[in-house]
Amino acid sequence: MTALWYANVAAMLAVYVVLDGFDFGAGIVHLFVARTDAERRQVLAAIGPVWDGNEVWLIAAGGTLFFAFPKAYAASFSGFYLPLMLVLWLLILRGVAIELRSQLQNPLWRSFWDVVFAFASLLLAVVLGAALGNVVRGVGLDGTGSFSTPLFSDFRTGGRPGVLDWYTVGVGVFTAALLATHGLGFLRWKTSGAVQRRCAKAALPVWASSAALFVVGTAATVPVQPGLFAALAARPWSWALVLIALSGLTAVPIAHRRGAELIAFLGSSTFLAGVLAATASGLWPTLLPSAIDPRFSLDARASATGAHGLAVGLVWWTLAIALAVAYFAYLFRSMRGKVPAQEGTEGH
Amino acid sequence: VNPTALSDALFWHRVQFGFTITFHYLFPQLTMGLALLIVVFKWLALRGDERSGDAAGFWARIFGINFAIGVVTGIPLEFQFGTNWSRFSQFAGGVIGTTLAMEGVFAFFLESTFLGLFLFGERRLGPRGHFAVALALFLGSWLSGYFIIVTNAFMQYPTGHALRADGALELASFWAFLLNPWAIWEYAHNMSAAVVTAAFAVAAVGAYWTLSGVHREVGAANLRIGVIAGLVACVLQIFPTGDAQGKLLAQAQPATLAAMEGAFKSEPRAPIAIIGQPDVEHHTLENPIYVPALLSFLAYGHFSSPVRGLDDIPRDDWPDNIELLYYAYHVMVGLGTLFVAVMAMAAFLLWRKRLAATRWALWALMLAVPFPYIATTAGWLTAELGRQPWLVYGLMRTSAGTSPLVSAGDTLFTTLGFSGLYLVLGILFLFLIGREIARGPHAQGGHG
Repeated sequence: MTALWYANVAAMLAVYVVLDGFDFGAGIVHLFVARTDAERRQVLAAIGPVWDGNEVWLIAAGGTLFFAFPKAYAASFSGFYLPLMLVLWLLILRGVAIELRSQLQNPLWRSFWDVVFAFASLLLAVVLGAALGNVVRGVGLDGTGSFSTPLFSDFRTGGRPGVLDWYTVGVGVFTAALLATHGLGFLRWKTSGAVQRRCAKAALPVWASSAALFVVGTAATVPVQPGLFAALAARPWSWALVLIALSGLTAVPIAHRRGAELIAFLGSSTFLAGVLAATASGLWPTLLPSAIDPRFSLDARASATGAHGLAVGLVWWTLAIALAVAYFAYLFRSMRGKVPAQEGTEGH
Repeated sequence: VNPTALSDALFWHRVQFGFTITFHYLFPQLTMGLALLIVVFKWLALRGDERSGDAAGFWARIFGINFAIGVVTGIPLEFQFGTNWSRFSQFAGGVIGTTLAMEGVFAFFLESTFLGLFLFGERRLGPRGHFAVALALFLGSWLSGYFIIVTNAFMQYPTGHALRADGALELASFWAFLLNPWAIWEYAHNMSAAVVTAAFAVAAVGAYWTLSGVHREVGAANLRIGVIAGLVACVLQIFPTGDAQGKLLAQAQPATLAAMEGAFKSEPRAPIAIIGQPDVEHHTLENPIYVPALLSFLAYGHFSSPVRGLDDIPRDDWPDNIELLYYAYHVMVGLGTLFVAVMAMAAFLLWRKRLAATRWALWALMLAVPFPYIATTAGWLTAELGRQPWLVYGLMRTSAGTSPLVSAGDTLFTTLGFSGLYLVLGILFLFLIGREIARGPHAQGGHG
């Protein structure tokens, strides 16, 4: 039962990263691939109807973590107090930028929110990547069940590491490059005209940089969290996840070269989901490792709530996720096809 | 908590949560109330009333802006359970995590999917399809409200839980938790308050256009729906929803009731104070104007029933800010009573077909718009201050629920950040809403 909820939370987070990842990516690249107001609104029209729903996966995953593993939720959220507040402010700014940007026709108003959208998307990608880096590296859990992490200490991974060190910042930069690749793939698939051409042109070099950073990041993870690879090696079923991730990564450039737009986007989606799934299966049963001593790590089985809640939860959770998948299928179907450059001056 | 301890982490955790949730709830109350009124407008439009269709289109634009600010200011609240109140989350997460997760997976997915279709899809969906989408949006927003109210009701009146060996709570009965009697009345009271806010807003915009001599027909549609919905919701607010809540409070939280009323002495035929200033140090109410025996009747249904005063309750269990609690409650009740008077007067004029020509009544409706927000905020202050010193009533004290390692300095820093950010959001909101009202009901969708 605990393993199932561990998998549910991990799966929701993976869905979140794949979905919100493409609109983060669109935000990171939009200043470069969309130059005119009509093109900027083309990008916003492509993500406008879905970005809010995408972000709900974060809220829903957080709520599910809270419900199933209250101790882990309490320890991690209070331990990452300041970085999470930073995430909140960026999420607020980004949401406001998307929704309010086209309310006024004033070019200064629109330029301002365009830059806010790009800046918040980029910084969020880095911070969320750094958060993943922290979960892999481990934090200062000392057996009391809570911890406090400074934003930064000496930028080394040992001792009492900060939220930001060379490793977690590196993972953040990798994440930003990867989401840019993902966003370019989405925009190339969903748009037409000049925006699509610029996305197609940028896709390969940006992919190459994220692939290179992936290799470096994986190599860097070996000394930082050797347990992860030992666990992966000992669990043959997780090799499949690694293979799926790698096949997604290699599919992206091949599909871009052949002009198979949807396949390229699905490739980066597969890669993102595969890397996260492989990471989660390598960490199991740990929810949050301790950098001080593995005995102090937060274990999923010790952090879970009671059996009745988890059992009832399985009923409503399954029902709700089935409904959510149906809504998303309907929404994506109803906005199928390409978004052209926007006429007039109003609307997304 | 010692109220003078301004460098106390507990104080800043409470300020941060109180501030962010108060600001946030200014938006969902209009969202939830408007969702219902938009359904009504669209229903009338389906039956051939074009003016109601125009009104629905106008309120959809307001809804979109209001919803956006509501969403972005709502996310911090779920986070704060973990960031600021980690010992509370650890203790109660196994129970209240259920409804917070359910809100995400049931209500937010529904709302976020159909909001896009509602704002952008009118032409493609056709009138019936668009009505169905408005209905789904109404359902999603009211469902979201229910899950939050169940969460709060558990903190006020815990049901359906069991204590584990490790000292944390877990869910013992899903349905006892979800169908908490406290939640049912709290929900009814809260949702009719949301309709009051929206009805006053709708009526106020109708009054403004009518007074300005523009958009008369859509203005009249606004006035009609705003006043009728407003009168019904204002009456429901007092009876049965407010009354039922008061009776639950008398049974389950006697200290709260006594503090709200400024009742220090236990007595039969207890009076109710219409006005007065509590002097907590000397256990008296200064300059009171009393209605005899009314508190006994309202709390227990008999004029002779004894009501417990604060003097018979251990000092440790008194709410820790009796003065603010007392005023919050009196502001809520006073405004709620005035709302009934304003809406009854407007409804009478509407019935006599004289409302559009009665300028003083239109002025009253137009200027009344901020007061439901104040009354609702005062109502939530009453509920939350009244629950003190408990975080989960009878089970966990507020002082035991904070994050042990998050300092006052951290929390003050981020509170300042939230204050600045929310000030900007508030200014943007007022600017954009004012602009929409000036543009009127026939403008092309600035958003769609």
